[in-house]
Amino acid sequence: MEVALAHTPLYDWHVARSARMVDFAGWSMPVQYSSIVEEHRATRNAIGVFDISHMGRLRFDGEGAATFLDRLLTRRVVGLEQGLIRYSLVTNESGGILDDVLVYHLADADYKPFHLLVVNASNRAKIVAWVEQHLSSDDGVTIRDQTVETAMFAVQGPDALSALQPLTDVQLSNMRYYSGQTAQIAGHPVIVSRTGYTGEDGCELIVSAESASSVVENLFAEGEQFGIQPVGLGARDTLRLEAAMPLYGHELSETIDPFQAGLGFAVHLKDRDFIGASALKELKQLPNQLRRIGLEIDSKRVPREHYPVLSSDAVIGEVTSGTFSPTLERPIAMAYVQPDAAELGTKLAVDIRGRAAEARVVALPFYKRDIK
Amino acid sequence: MNPDELLFAETHEWAKVNDEDGAKVATVGISAFAVEQLTDLVYMELPSVGATVEAGKEFGEVESVKAVSPLYSPVTGEIVAVNAGLPDSLETLNSDPYNAGWILKVKLADESSLAKLLDSAAYQKQCAEEG
Repeated sequence: MEVALAHTPLYDWHVARSARMVDFAGWSMPVQYSSIVEEHRATRNAIGVFDISHMGRLRFDGEGAATFLDRLLTRRVVGLEQGLIRYSLVTNESGGILDDVLVYHLADADYKPFHLLVVNASNRAKIVAWVEQHLSSDDGVTIRDQTVETAMFAVQGPDALSALQPLTDVQLSNMRYYSGQTAQIAGHPVIVSRTGYTGEDGCELIVSAESASSVVENLFAEGEQFGIQPVGLGARDTLRLEAAMPLYGHELSETIDPFQAGLGFAVHLKDRDFIGASALKELKQLPNQLRRIGLEIDSKRVPREHYPVLSSDAVIGEVTSGTFSPTLERPIAMAYVQPDAAELGTKLAVDIRGRAAEARVVALPFYKRDIK
Repeated sequence: MNPDELLFAETHEWAKVNDEDGAKVATVGISAFAVEQLTDLVYMELPSVGATVEAGKEFGEVESVKAVSPLYSPVTGEIVAVNAGLPDSLETLNSDPYNAGWILKVKLADESSLAKLLDSAAYQKQCAEEG
């Protein structure tokens, strides 16, 4: 049976810009407009705009919202100051990763506090079901899946704030990294946050579906002088890979735990309990766990997902994401390997379709922007 | 070469057969449509002169930022020339895929496979359906 793909509120805008559309987690999404490398460079050097409306947006209202989310997330939600955002994980009872998420604590235009959970498109149905399964009527929480009624886009790059600032009264440069607030942009109510998935400075915006086109048109009018460009999922992947940000389904899955993934910072075990906490306490102590590493390759052949990682011809791991880095102009990859092969500088190889390519373990991230 | 006079494989390679000193020699490349679909080419691996290729079988690979794609030979025979400079100037495939962007010249050992190739009109129709 063929299921119709969902369209984001910006679907017509993408088509008008000759985007190549692909199926991503049930959504018809732009993979590229001009070229991955061009869009990648526009984001690193100027501004890239990404439609990320496919990501799930779940709003939690009610006095019990923080306590309820605290039971589901690896990171503390109770006590999360209003106006702040946290990267966190949702784990199952055995400590496997169900999703990686952002949790926002915000107040709406009427000063009413609420929490927002932004989840991966591919995991939205699973997380909605997980949340509903663990919610009871005496939690004092109401949940609303706002994914379809809103749009979300990321505005990323060194000139992102300069293009957005004329459209809003909020002083964007005063907002801390991982903070967010309700605001107006070009006269439309939005949630603006200092977050992103590219390794660049910038913001993410959540707007009503009806306002999406107008906000984007206003943004492009302001951004034209800087060389603003729309960016598809292709460059979103190369950008996040250079920044060594994990992607669910590649670096993260239900069979990978947060410590293997290098996400121990996102697990708060002390003085609290949440689903998966007791398993994670044990996993944290386990020796000889696989570890997520970065690899640079000397050849021009590109390591891709699932290619074996070799040490002295023995398979000691597997590539989870690989690409040709437009910034470094060489192939890069993230992989899981045995811990004794994870030391920086270790010489390994990747089996690229039957031939070994020399590789070495390098520090993550591959790319870090200069902080001005 | 004029693309209207070329033969195309469904896998997006082209071939143009000429008589050279009594032998049939096919020049082989990849189509403008394929280059546009791949975009962001970063690497190409080619065989050596003297190797043999077989119609429908892989003879090399071209890698873009997003993915690797095998190159399939549209013809059967022995490689008599390789465009050795091409992997270092992949932009030629964008600017001139049917002339300077040629990949191989193959001395045909068997012409029967030519009948399976598409003429330009049939290939354009296939691309329109894929695009």
